[in-house]
Amino acid sequence: MTPVLLFLASGAEAAESSGGGLPQMDTSTYASQLFWLAILFAGLYWAMDRIFLKKLGGIIEERRNRLADDYDQAAELKAQAQDAEKTYIQALNDARAKASSIAAETRTMLDKEIAAMQAETDAKLSGRVQAAEASIAEMQVRATAKVKEAAVETTQALVEALIDEKPTQDAVTAAIAAAT
Amino acid sequence: MSAVDHLFAATAFAGPMEQFEIVSIFPFGTENINLEFTNASLWMLISVLVASAFMFAATNKAQLVPGRMQSAAEMLYQFIANMLRDATGGEGMKFFPYIFTLFVFIFLCNLLGLLPTIPGVPHALHVFTPTSHIIVTFALAMVTFLLVIITGFYKQGFGFLKMFVPTVPLWLLPLITVIEVLSFLSRPISLSIRLFANMLAGHLILKLFAGFVVGLLAADGLFKAIAIIPLLGNVGVFMLEILVAFLQAYVFAMLSCIYLNDAVNEAHH
Repeated sequence: MTPVLLFLASGAEAAESSGGGLPQMDTSTYASQLFWLAILFAGLYWAMDRIFLKKLGGIIEERRNRLADDYDQAAELKAQAQDAEKTYIQALNDARAKASSIAAETRTMLDKEIAAMQAETDAKLSGRVQAAEASIAEMQVRATAKVKEAAVETTQALVEALIDEKPTQDAVTAAIAAAT
Repeated sequence: MSAVDHLFAATAFAGPMEQFEIVSIFPFGTENINLEFTNASLWMLISVLVASAFMFAATNKAQLVPGRMQSAAEMLYQFIANMLRDATGGEGMKFFPYIFTLFVFIFLCNLLGLLPTIPGVPHALHVFTPTSHIIVTFALAMVTFLLVIITGFYKQGFGFLKMFVPTVPLWLLPLITVIEVLSFLSRPISLSIRLFANMLAGHLILKLFAGFVVGLLAADGLFKAIAIIPLLGNVGVFMLEILVAFLQAYVFAMLSCIYLNDAVNEAHH
């Protein structure tokens, strides 16, 4: 008999010697197996339910809440940052508008001032021009008078030299007026 | 007698069924009821202690940023919670501790039973797989079964019985109802036999292959060389058995979830 066959035969023998079947079918062990299974399984269930899973579930829940909180906070901070950016841009635009309005105001003010100064200067200059024109006119009148006077005198002197008789001033004046 | 002969002799007397024998460790119980503490009780106790030690290590200093142990335990937690939630839609979450305990207990009983026995220790201390006994798997299946019935009637009253009366043509109804009732009643049987038979078959094959190796090594010449074949086969079977240990625990827990769904949610046939 080869060892392999011997081994198989011994296996069958052992099975026969242990009551002729599976040890699983030996009902005399059932009470003990059920008893210890009940105690140990119930014990493990109790420990899982009351201690381990409670702790583990608690920490998982806590982590989930913490993450959700952190997300909320991040979203809030983001909103705040966006608000701040908006405010900043608003302020920038305001300042820009203000600066341009100030510039425009200054420009108009300066324009007005310049216009006023120009008007004043114009007025002054035209006053001077008028005065000059007036004095020119006056001088012209006077010059004309002087020319007439010189003409009279010259005529008198010419007439005296020609006829040795000095005409009166009125007669010469009348004669010149008639001639011109 | 050589060392190999010694080993062979030891194996020869311990047949492939020896690993399933119940051996008393200390007596307990009354004259009529024998509740002795056996190797089966010992390995259930070891599974419970390993589960507790693992969960203790994982939750002792539970932190928001988990360590390795805590991460592993949380993965298991989420795995079972998702399984139960997918099956019962959140209605059955109060059974979470039960399903979790069920899975962990069965998985560890299956897995620890695959440990090799230290040679030479007394029979009572040989490695043992509690889930290879039909009475254990049947008891666990009955817990789920009774839980389903009690919860079903408690939550839905007699409306629970509607699950046996699907909407089919009237002339089919008697036949279908009988089939539905029979399939419902066979649940604990199929649930328990699936797990028990897987464990039994796996360990039998491991032991038979190991026996072939020892037997062939005891023979002469060429037979010694052939011993490598069952040895490699056993390596493969052993890896497969580790997968089966997980898979059968998963299937048991998964089916328990699906059955509990009938109890907490009304049937939508």
